[in-house]
Amino acid sequence: MRLRSIPPSAWIGMAGIALAFVAALFAPVLAPYGEREIVGAVWEPMGPEHWLGTDNLGRDLLSRLIFGAQTTLFVALAASILSFAIGICLSFVAAVTRGIVDQGLSRLNDLMMSIPTLIFALVVLAALPQKLWILILVMAILDSTRVFRLGRAVAVDIAVMDFVEAARLRGEGTIWIIFREILPNALSPLLAEFGLRFAFAVLFLSTLSFLGLGIQPPQADWGGMVKDNSDGIIFGVPAALIPGGAIAALAVCVNIVVDWLLHRTSSLKGGRDG
Amino acid sequence: MSDASSGGQRRGLPPVATLILQRLGLSALLLIAVSLLIFVGIEALPGDFASTYLGQSATPQAIANITAELGLDRPIWTRYFEWLGGAVQGDFGTSWASGQDVSAQISRRLGNSLFLAAVAAVIAVPLAVGLGMLAVRYVDRLADRLINIVSLAAISLPEFFVGYLLILFFAVKFGVAPFPATVYDSMSLGERLGAIALPVATLVLVVIAHMMRMTRAAILSIMSSQYIETAELKGIGALRTIIHHAAPNAVAPIVNVVALNLAYLVVGVVVVEVVFVYPGMGQYMVDAVTVRDMPVVQACGLIFAAVYILLNMVADIVSILANPRLRHPR
Repeated sequence: MRLRSIPPSAWIGMAGIALAFVAALFAPVLAPYGEREIVGAVWEPMGPEHWLGTDNLGRDLLSRLIFGAQTTLFVALAASILSFAIGICLSFVAAVTRGIVDQGLSRLNDLMMSIPTLIFALVVLAALPQKLWILILVMAILDSTRVFRLGRAVAVDIAVMDFVEAARLRGEGTIWIIFREILPNALSPLLAEFGLRFAFAVLFLSTLSFLGLGIQPPQADWGGMVKDNSDGIIFGVPAALIPGGAIAALAVCVNIVVDWLLHRTSSLKGGRDG
Repeated sequence: MSDASSGGQRRGLPPVATLILQRLGLSALLLIAVSLLIFVGIEALPGDFASTYLGQSATPQAIANITAELGLDRPIWTRYFEWLGGAVQGDFGTSWASGQDVSAQISRRLGNSLFLAAVAAVIAVPLAVGLGMLAVRYVDRLADRLINIVSLAAISLPEFFVGYLLILFFAVKFGVAPFPATVYDSMSLGERLGAIALPVATLVLVVIAHMMRMTRAAILSIMSSQYIETAELKGIGALRTIIHHAAPNAVAPIVNVVALNLAYLVVGVVVVEVVFVYPGMGQYMVDAVTVRDMPVVQACGLIFAAVYILLNMVADIVSILANPRLRHPR
């Protein structure tokens, strides 16, 4: 693949994602002030002292945004990786073994998908204690239903191909078939799906935090920062829009890259659009 | 192939009727399974209600007291059937936090939420379908690409970002729309519509991009099928091709898209209600989750899930009815 064939929109998307990850990784170095440090008056406007102004408690908004990137990206990434691991393992097992295991897993999946994700999350989080790993686990399990659906569809197609049949006749076990025959062939559609799931995880985590059920203060995360600063909106203070814009920008960037990846794979397969 | 004029012998409607009955039965089954999941499944989770309810002040004696007071010491299945029996009759018990009747609150708020979603749908559906058709008409040209990029961005916008953006500009800077979106019983329809202008605009913006992209994809896949090519090659005009050949086949996918997005709208209402402080079901549920008021959470969860399942069922039934192959069985 030549670098020149990548469209400018995809470059912008990748640059945006890279920027967010650099901010997250080097947060303590990059941030001018501490995450919980009160450095000024409440809702100071943007200026040379505080580039993005200060928040509802007088903390530096830029620093909070950088530290927030750390939390938001870490939790979203962890949840989407975990959801992929769960979804792919179960869907491939279902596709390879078929029969009662497949039926059971698929019907359970249908049941979970018949409740809207946000509503399901609200019900479950109301009953569980507020801990970070529980939040990640709930997000991952709820999201793994979508991965399961796609993974099973892809794997069922591959599982009937001749090379899988050959491997079965050779006497290879289920695990070998899943990881050596099916996974390498299913990777390309699943990669684009991973991008989509990650974008969804960022939005979902932000929504939960915004509703006060995600990351708990004083730890900075983008959705929670919108919630903290939302009271300022009626006084014309745009502080809540900055973390909100960051969430939107990151999701747009991921979606642009995924859109390009999907188009690329469909044109590689000889799709009708050039 | 599946041209509507190809008739075939009619032997009544058994295949369609059986399909619809099957779909109805499946929804009923799903609803029961969801109620089990929301009630029994939640109690099976680690951590018991009494200690989360009490929080810091959970002494063994207090836990025992509250368990008995809330009736949590009785077997789970007894409580489930009591709860389900009550729910069927519209009785969801009393709130743990306020001691008020849950059903009374819900009946007031459910109407508000449905009103909000319905107004948003009335605006969003024609607009989205129209824009989707426009994108197909100018496929791969400037208008289509513009719509594609804008809608890709719009999909990624969280509801609260759009909401606060609209509040900042239209309510605070220009002062043309009210905030918060308070409604009460004595309001006339016009006043109500004025009060919910901004939340409706938010919902429309959020849902329209999705609906439009799906409409575009659905119509594009029909327009690239062989019978359309044949119609074009026969030399009949573009308009007749669309009316006689494309439209009958496009109804099902478009209705499906619309119903799926209406289902999404019902959930989108939750965040929008919190942003605009609108007295609906979503806000009620979120408030209940923060104080762990389980009867309210379970009642709201069941109702949201039921509406969602119902809309998905309607989508499936309409697409069964709209499928020419099923309507004219051979």
